[in-house]
Amino acid sequence: MTESANGRVMRFDLSAASVREVNQFLHRELPGSGIARVEIHDPDGMHSIAAGMDCAVEIDILGHGGYFVAGMNKLATITVHGNVGWSVAENIMSGSVRVQGHASECAGASGHGGLLVIEGDASSRCGISMKGCDIVVAGSVGHFSAFMAQAGNLVVCGDAGANLGDSLYEATIYVRGKIHGLGADAQEEEMQPADREFVARLLAQAGIDHDAAEFKRIASARTLYHWNADAHQEY
Amino acid sequence: MSPRPIHREESASIDRRAIQYIRQAADVGLYEIRGLGAKRAVPTFDDLVFLTASASRYPLEGYREKCDTKTILGSRYAKNPVELEIPITIAGMSFGALSANVKEAIGRAATAMGTSTTTGDGGMTVEERQSSTTLVYQCLPSRYGFNPDDLRKADAIEVVIGQGAKPGGGGMLLGQKVSPRVAEMRTLPEGIDQRSACRHPDWTGPDDLRIKIEELREITDWQVPIYVKLGATRVRDDVKLAVKAGADVVVMDGMQGGTAATQQVFIEHTGIPTLAALRQAVEALEDMNVFGEVSLIISGGIRTGADVAKALALGADAVAIGQGVLVALGCNHDSYVLDGRDVDASEDYAELGTAPGFCHHCHTGQCPVGITTQDPVLERRLTPEVGAKRLKNYLQVLNLELTILARACGKSNVHHLEREDLVALTVESAAMAKLPLAGTDWIPGEKP
Repeated sequence: MTESANGRVMRFDLSAASVREVNQFLHRELPGSGIARVEIHDPDGMHSIAAGMDCAVEIDILGHGGYFVAGMNKLATITVHGNVGWSVAENIMSGSVRVQGHASECAGASGHGGLLVIEGDASSRCGISMKGCDIVVAGSVGHFSAFMAQAGNLVVCGDAGANLGDSLYEATIYVRGKIHGLGADAQEEEMQPADREFVARLLAQAGIDHDAAEFKRIASARTLYHWNADAHQEY
Repeated sequence: MSPRPIHREESASIDRRAIQYIRQAADVGLYEIRGLGAKRAVPTFDDLVFLTASASRYPLEGYREKCDTKTILGSRYAKNPVELEIPITIAGMSFGALSANVKEAIGRAATAMGTSTTTGDGGMTVEERQSSTTLVYQCLPSRYGFNPDDLRKADAIEVVIGQGAKPGGGGMLLGQKVSPRVAEMRTLPEGIDQRSACRHPDWTGPDDLRIKIEELREITDWQVPIYVKLGATRVRDDVKLAVKAGADVVVMDGMQGGTAATQQVFIEHTGIPTLAALRQAVEALEDMNVFGEVSLIISGGIRTGADVAKALALGADAVAIGQGVLVALGCNHDSYVLDGRDVDASEDYAELGTAPGFCHHCHTGQCPVGITTQDPVLERRLTPEVGAKRLKNYLQVLNLELTILARACGKSNVHHLEREDLVALTVESAAMAKLPLAGTDWIPGEKP
């Protein structure tokens, strides 16, 4: 433990402590302790680091994380100084998670709230089943991103893989680069002033500099909201 | 015997049932969706009988000598296993499929009997958490309403991979049941035909499942058991994979298991009977040398105390009941109780094109007895008080019947029932349960 200008800093080294020990500290001892920041060294691709956070604290993971890093995050501000495996910030509720490298599949899956920022690329199914969170990807996303996304926003500054927004509900996708194909029931719509204002604000929040006017808007055509036996799987 | 004239002979393949199916398909252009479980006849626990005590065994006194029913589930890794007074649990059924009143009634009855209830594909309601002492929280592919606060309020977590009525399929809730409250809990537009995902959004395959289970344990600090629920298909392999992934409890749901809504073709043509699934699940646990360490809950068509006793004798630690619960609450009854009076429901059934005893119209939301509905008028037809009393009575009878049979087999604990206490009445059930055909030493498929 050390003191800094911004408060007390707790340091863990995952080559010495287990993920379970660290997480139990973060869940049980950290809230109300006055510790403002936690550093986790040597993550070495381990899974579930800082999963289940439920207090406002800054956490820096100094290296690469495995699956489910920052899973179900509430309130905490978590930065991964490296790449992450599958499902970073899955089911995020609030707070923010930033990945300075690339993210593997299903980033932000079923996220209900909060902000996920990926400074590199995100693999397939980014934002799958999202339910209200915002995701900003500075690079590109893989196929089937925002699959069955229900609410929230996915902003992609690079390109999007095939089947983008398949079976969308009320989530909105904004893409700056090339879209390699839309999924079932997804359609491109005209960007409105409110969209540009929203994208600009989200980019600023993510610390990414692009002109919001360069983005395309993708949303649901809502043709799958009710059974249509005559669709023959052609949407 | 005079042969039936060829011009009056019914086809064995295109019979009247097949003709009705084809005509309906041709008329409507859409497959049939319905609720509840398989209606086809399959080998069941009814095809087994107990060899109760006689000269070679001595029984316990029916109503005097104690017969323990306490049941502990999930002690493999969890710090706080689930402790129940009876080995009869309530299966997962969603708020959305069921009314809030019904969820509360189930919670009250289960609490009164010292057993657990389970959430469903719609998240945890305040009513069911408050009314249920022991509540299992499902982690489903849809993740509707799934959140860490409720996760930490749960007494166990059930990762649902499949369901006996529709293994390989996702949930379904037609628009008439997606009420404002249901829509809000599920983050969906009101009134849409909701189709849940059939795969989890954040993991794929058994290796990932292991990591997912670890994440859930990390979030809950390894306090509560993790169940893995499977629809009964490739039972041996699936149970082994669940065990390898770290499950504390395996829940195996046979093909007679119910649903609030799915395609008829799923209900009748997928999965294997509960009887066969139970035997294969037990063998898988034995193969892995974790029988007794990993708990096993069997579900899918459990109705009576005899079913419960036979399931335990075959190796289950507990059973889970869904459709039996609904019937106890009033499903398919010809009347309901409104303001203390019995009211005839026949006309409501007729409007759905059915009659008491045949109804499977849970998907319509127009449940004549107010169980599988979100309609405020219909919902009044089952109050939590009336429902809880009826369900408690039903669970009590099951438990009494279970202990009667256990005592008659000379067991002072229902978990001491064993395969040796059972024989089969049919060749099919003997083969599926790997029990001797009654009056013989013959087990089909085994060498003498």
